Amino acid sequence: MSMRTLPLVFINLGGEMLYILDQRLRAHNTSEDNSEKGVWSENDRKRVMNDIVGTMFSKAFMDELLKPQQLYSHRTMKTVLTRLAHASIMRLNPASMDRLYELMVMAFKYQVFLCLRPKDLLLISYNHMDTIREFVKDTPMAVNQVDETHRKIIEAYSSLSEGELQLLRQTLLTFFQDMHVRVSLFLKDQIQNPNGRFALTTSGPVPHGTDVPGLIRIFDCRGREVRRREFLSGGSYTSSIREGSFELHGNRVIRLGMNMYTVDHPEETHTSRAPSVKADGSPNPLAKEELNLLARLMGSMKTENKPKDESGFRINLFNTDKEEAEAGASASAEESLYGVINIQAMQFLVQDEQAASELARIAGQFEEEEEEEKPEKPSNNKGEELLAMMDGL
Amino acid sequence: MYHKEKSIQIKNSASALYNNLSVLRIAPRRLTHFTVVHANMVNMVSASWDGLNYTHRQLQSKEPNVATSTSLIMQAAFCVLPSRDLLVVTSQKGIQMYESDGSIMVYWHALDTPETPTAQAVFARGIAAVYENYICVGVSSGAILVFDVPSKGSNITLSEVLEEHKESITDMASECSGSQECIANLVTADDGGNLCVWKSGEEFQLLNKIPGFDMSCSSVKLWKGTAVAGYGTGQIRLYEAVTGILHAEINAHARWIYSVDIAPFSGLLLSAAEDSLVRVWHMTITPETNSVEVAHLHNECVTDTQICGARFCDGDGYAFAVTGYDLSEIIRYIQS
Repeated sequence: MSMRTLPLVFINLGGEMLYILDQRLRAHNTSEDNSEKGVWSENDRKRVMNDIVGTMFSKAFMDELLKPQQLYSHRTMKTVLTRLAHASIMRLNPASMDRLYELMVMAFKYQVFLCLRPKDLLLISYNHMDTIREFVKDTPMAVNQVDETHRKIIEAYSSLSEGELQLLRQTLLTFFQDMHVRVSLFLKDQIQNPNGRFALTTSGPVPHGTDVPGLIRIFDCRGREVRRREFLSGGSYTSSIREGSFELHGNRVIRLGMNMYTVDHPEETHTSRAPSVKADGSPNPLAKEELNLLARLMGSMKTENKPKDESGFRINLFNTDKEEAEAGASASAEESLYGVINIQAMQFLVQDEQAASELARIAGQFEEEEEEEKPEKPSNNKGEELLAMMDGL
Repeated sequence: MYHKEKSIQIKNSASALYNNLSVLRIAPRRLTHFTVVHANMVNMVSASWDGLNYTHRQLQSKEPNVATSTSLIMQAAFCVLPSRDLLVVTSQKGIQMYESDGSIMVYWHALDTPETPTAQAVFARGIAAVYENYICVGVSSGAILVFDVPSKGSNITLSEVLEEHKESITDMASECSGSQECIANLVTADDGGNLCVWKSGEEFQLLNKIPGFDMSCSSVKLWKGTAVAGYGTGQIRLYEAVTGILHAEINAHARWIYSVDIAPFSGLLLSAAEDSLVRVWHMTITPETNSVEVAHLHNECVTDTQICGARFCDGDGYAFAVTGYDLSEIIRYIQS
């Protein structure tokens, strides 16, 4: 499958994360039991946005993402996105992070599923980047980083054919497969059904480059049309609308990827699992390649100094702290127990010691299953040798 | 014309891949095998014709005797040869061939994967059994691997590599009318929409190239010398394979087509796309007079589903089956 998915995954998931965080930071801060210390000021909010955007769009991080590589598991994605969120002064506990991740993924799944044609994936990404630029418009350095990333994305993806972009889209769809978390906002707007599946209408404009279905044309040997017949398409389609801009700035035309959340309705970010959803049954131990990727991505992110009083800037994606705690308890009960993989080895793959210990701490939150299969034969891969060597320490 | 029958439940949902359904009818045993790809495994279900027995099996894509992680599968398809039937599974790592009930793997071919990943993805996709004893498989580089298959046993060998396409192979098909008179017996399609027409033999012969105008052809069939191709634009085109003459063009779907299939005895054509619609058409092709006629017969809508596989279950087109992304069932329709 496609080796170019990571940059788009992070820009779009990261973008959705920023939309949700922005909404939560702006919403009224009176929690029911007054447990959230401190109220978010306008400056605090901008600072959070700048910190996250600065880390996400940093040259080092983006260059890592742009290297051709496979799309790995949700576990890896969630770990890196948690780290990104914590690049700011804001703190999310695991239950809130889980909910945030579900929201982000369902929003992106919706956009990928419903986009009219594969090339629109780029317009969706550009919509996210345009809004992110708006969030940090008062900080020229952050704007520059977004612009620079945008230019790199344009350079990397503009030359891809529709077929290659469809392969990318199919890779993303495999990543989202079987996720049917219900999101209040989507249910309210009827873009999602109560069973968690998205609504796909047989009406509306056809994609750019497609003709409205309904016509059969017959030609003779010399290429002249000799007969045409119409048929009932069973839908009510209209001609395609004009194409959006693929430049650094411009009207993207399509609305997928724009900020759907509004300040006044924080309940929009509520999620619930569809009744028939199965927990991810097959355990997915982080493969060596994934660990390597994780280490490289973590290493390329600057670590911020954590505030002394951690709980002062906590953000909660639930209504009350009690709800959040309850959600956390039930989630950890669901997760199967795994053995612990020796993660000290990672210190040697990551140059920055602080980043390494951060990595160890976050990765330690996910306990991995030990390899049940026969131990792999020692390979010639230097990275693997190093890991194996370090594991023995 | 058709009505919905009882669906067959499968163990996982279908992945969003072109031509993600293969059907093999085994008349002597009164059962039909279905295969649907889910990420790194193939779900196989064998349904008895009386509707009472369903046997499930799952095959994973992995090299024999190697305990490494499995890779994502691109396609699984039954190949019917005069002497035997095989199930071919193509993935990012290579090509596996199984006995048609999925019980034993008889052959493994590893793809050349570079040491460090390149931006160009590596995978195999596009499978066809070709007269008389060949199985052809496409690769992401555009190459087509031709395997020589003995009438029994596992002594399958790579006979030839055809390098004509410059873009990733999407699908391929052999002449399905059963007529030995057709000059061309294989058509191959790529991501740029280009079609190559071949004659099989010890050395495959390229008979024609039909350009694609940069619109990906995701599914293709060959019947009575006519290549029927489904495109990402939602169009279906009927070309006379050997000459490249365009006989018919249908604005068939509002989204990317994922599957086309033909019932060779009746000339029925099935098309399915991401727009959630399956359409049934009828083709009349008279090679002697070079005349082609296409009529639209029927639509079925699979609500809120992007369809990824659609196949007739028999040569007359009496029944057809459909799979969709994120759907854990094979939906069946039979003629009323």
